[in-house]
Amino acid sequence: MRFIFKTDYDQDIRIFKHSGYWYSYSILLLVLAAMPFMVGTYLQSQLVFVFIYAIVGVSLLILVGFTGQASLGHAAFLAIGAYTSAWCQQHGVPFVVYFPLAGILTGVVGVMVGFPALRLQGIYLVIATISFGAIVEEILARWESVTNGNEGLKLRTLDIFGQTVPRDSPGFYFLCLGVLILVIIAALNLLRAPTGRSFVAVRDSETAAKSMGIDIAAAKVRSFGISAAITGLAGCLYAHKLSFISPEMFTLLLSIEFIIVIIIGGVFSLHGAVLGAIFIVMIDPFLTALKDDVPTLIGNLWAFFGADGPTAQHVQDRAASIASAPGLKGAIYGLIIVGFILFEPTGLYGRWLKIKLYFQTFPMYKAATFKRQKTYVKSERNR
Amino acid sequence: MSFLVAENISLQFGGLKAVDQVNFAVEKGEIFTIIGPNGAGKTSIFNLISRLYNPTSGKLFFDGEEFTTAPPHRIAKMGIARTFQNIELFDNATTLSNLLVGRHCHATTNLLQEVLYLPAVRRAEFEHRHKVEQVIELLDLEPFRDKLISGLPYGVRKVIELARALCSEPKLMLLDEPSSGLNVEETDDMSFWIRDIRSELGITVLMVEHDMSLVSRVSDRVMALNYGRELTTGTPAEVQSHPEVVAAYLGT
Amino acid sequence: MLDFIQQLVSGVALGCIYGLIALGFVLIYKTTEVVNFAQGELLMLGGFFAFTFIALMGLNYWIGFFLAVVCMAAFGALSERFVLRPVLGSPQFSIIMATIGVSYFLRSIAGMIWGTDDLKIDTPFSTGVLRIGDLVLAHDKLSVIVATAILCTVLWLFFTKTQIGTAMRATSENMLAAYYMGIPVKMVVALTWAISAAVAACAGVLLAPITFIHSNVGLALALKAFPAAVLGGFGSIPGAVVGGIIIGVIENMAGFYLAQGWKDVAPHIVLLTMLLLKPEGLFGHVGRKKV
Repeated sequence: MRFIFKTDYDQDIRIFKHSGYWYSYSILLLVLAAMPFMVGTYLQSQLVFVFIYAIVGVSLLILVGFTGQASLGHAAFLAIGAYTSAWCQQHGVPFVVYFPLAGILTGVVGVMVGFPALRLQGIYLVIATISFGAIVEEILARWESVTNGNEGLKLRTLDIFGQTVPRDSPGFYFLCLGVLILVIIAALNLLRAPTGRSFVAVRDSETAAKSMGIDIAAAKVRSFGISAAITGLAGCLYAHKLSFISPEMFTLLLSIEFIIVIIIGGVFSLHGAVLGAIFIVMIDPFLTALKDDVPTLIGNLWAFFGADGPTAQHVQDRAASIASAPGLKGAIYGLIIVGFILFEPTGLYGRWLKIKLYFQTFPMYKAATFKRQKTYVKSERNR
Repeated sequence: MSFLVAENISLQFGGLKAVDQVNFAVEKGEIFTIIGPNGAGKTSIFNLISRLYNPTSGKLFFDGEEFTTAPPHRIAKMGIARTFQNIELFDNATTLSNLLVGRHCHATTNLLQEVLYLPAVRRAEFEHRHKVEQVIELLDLEPFRDKLISGLPYGVRKVIELARALCSEPKLMLLDEPSSGLNVEETDDMSFWIRDIRSELGITVLMVEHDMSLVSRVSDRVMALNYGRELTTGTPAEVQSHPEVVAAYLGT
Repeated sequence: MLDFIQQLVSGVALGCIYGLIALGFVLIYKTTEVVNFAQGELLMLGGFFAFTFIALMGLNYWIGFFLAVVCMAAFGALSERFVLRPVLGSPQFSIIMATIGVSYFLRSIAGMIWGTDDLKIDTPFSTGVLRIGDLVLAHDKLSVIVATAILCTVLWLFFTKTQIGTAMRATSENMLAAYYMGIPVKMVVALTWAISAAVAACAGVLLAPITFIHSNVGLALALKAFPAAVLGGFGSIPGAVVGGIIIGVIENMAGFYLAQGWKDVAPHIVLLTMLLLKPEGLFGHVGRKKV
């Protein structure tokens, strides 16, 4: 177990607390950089989705995890970023202009949402963001002159200074990876500076924050704006990845998926956003495998344990019918959400930290280290 | 001109007069205590000064400047810091993070500089941390520097609350019941610190207190309140022997 | 004019359904400060259970109705015991997400068990109209309004004439203190969920003649019931029903008189305006922390 003896302020402020982190993250970066050349296109495509979801996850983390605001409307911000890019591309604006523009415009909308959100707390804010998402979805469907209504918009291939970057190419993969890394660094910088600390202060105790001189309204509005801007950038990449956007892709269910990303990953750390994104994006391949491979596996196992041919086949057929049932994805989503909140409230990253602690303090690890004390409902009405 | 002046300040919640036409003035460099039974309006006065409540009538002046309608977050910049009766620390953060938040009113960097982490941000961080370390040294908080607040005992949390108020380099400190929940030894330490704050750091202190021995040891002047109205003001000895104060609060 | 009254009545009927769902929200919120996003799914399950009892098992309508309500009450209490009780005490957002997870799960399971087609049950109100002069009012809509009125009266009597109402409010303010005061907190919470589920089941069965039973009906209705609950003020039971009726009327009127597309957005716009002007709703009151 490494013990860090602090002699310098830098040691506290630095992002990488000790040199071990440099090694691990460099190796991770090398592996990720080599991925497009080692794995097939399907997995590469899934990784691009992981990156995009992780970018949105980081933005949600800034809003929900660090400022304590709630938002079930982030699909709307994604949509605004996507549609801005599509529209700009149609009108001949180059990528290097409309990419930051998507972010800035969405950020402005985020600030506009942030102002009314000041008066709302807790459940009211959640409901207001749901309504905001529904209204944006409707606007996208009705504003036909700009968004082409329900027919959707098609995007041409990405074009940077004359070089095309098709959506399945390694170039696009590296673009998304680059944006993710930049966003994570920006978030980390934010958190170790006064603005980030003021966000956390607003989450934990508004009264104390007010007396410390933090302008609560400005902090919340800023947080909304930053979160929306980052989601807008992700929206631009999302639009290019899918090559076709339409209003019914940006529903409440997508917003809920983003929230699931940070709940699964852990609501308090940037690692959580990435881990959660991996988990969510991998559910689809998992379901396909479930449909294709698992029934045969179950059938074989049943036969292995001594059942005769027809029974094993019958079991295999039942398993196949369950796995192919149309609602299975929703059921699994539901089970995952409930399961994580009941059993793994700190998320995957929390579990990872616990595992790390186990190995660091081996053999003196005590199982009761993280045993939660019984908690009771304390009213959040008067925060 | 007195440092902090409250002129005919009143606070009314519906029919209940929490604070009723109270007048007092705190001179620069003195330790002024407000005493009174529970519900007398002492914390309400603090909340009025920190601008968490809006007064129904009256004016507040600090260093000659009126701040009756200022927003709550301007108070820290003006130089007034406060502690809370029920500790309002950030439970999920370390002591150091809590104290660094106290430096917020002296933050000089803006959002763009911070996201890009320009050298100016790093220099400012060093400054903030230097000041915070000085406060930690003054109040002997070194063992608790990197511990989460949720794991610390009550007495230590009270001291951290005091430290956080000190980190904003105030000119006036509002201490709301600094010795409640502390044992005799911790109360002694607190009395020494309050006097050090005044003599070494030159900060004026306005206190609400129930512990009369602490009040007599530390205060220069005392004001007694009852039912939102002022009973008397004077030196600790005068107030403690005033018949109305004895009848309403101290008993024989 | 006749059109107006017709639209008004169906708007009120729709609003009563929203109101009943919102009532369920408010009940659970009053006790545990949890917003149960799965309320719409409870309504849908109530409809499905009724379908099973009435159409598949051939029971009498009223017996099927009663059984569906009882089953849903039991289901509500069970889901409280196994899903909610372990997570009480977590931040509110986590609990909301847990209920969203439950709603996802129930929606999909219902689709898997009963299929995704629209299902129909024969009720005494499916056909039949009331004629007042030239006005034609369908029985199914009137049944909803009458049933809501009856339910609200029963619930009002239950909450004002018994001690449970105060017990419920105490539990939501500070559960630990409620335990100390001798309030049987676990029973109170279980009872609240049972009542909410029963109310939702009633709404589901009553809704069956108007829109057929299918697995997505819960989500669509719940999304509109939120504005209803917020409009009324999230802590107020009469407010939930009043809010629901207002939202239902606005939605119907918007659908009839305004251009296409406004029907779905109108409740949300009303909600956002309400939140901006008076966040505590029509019947709610502002709270403030004492430091």
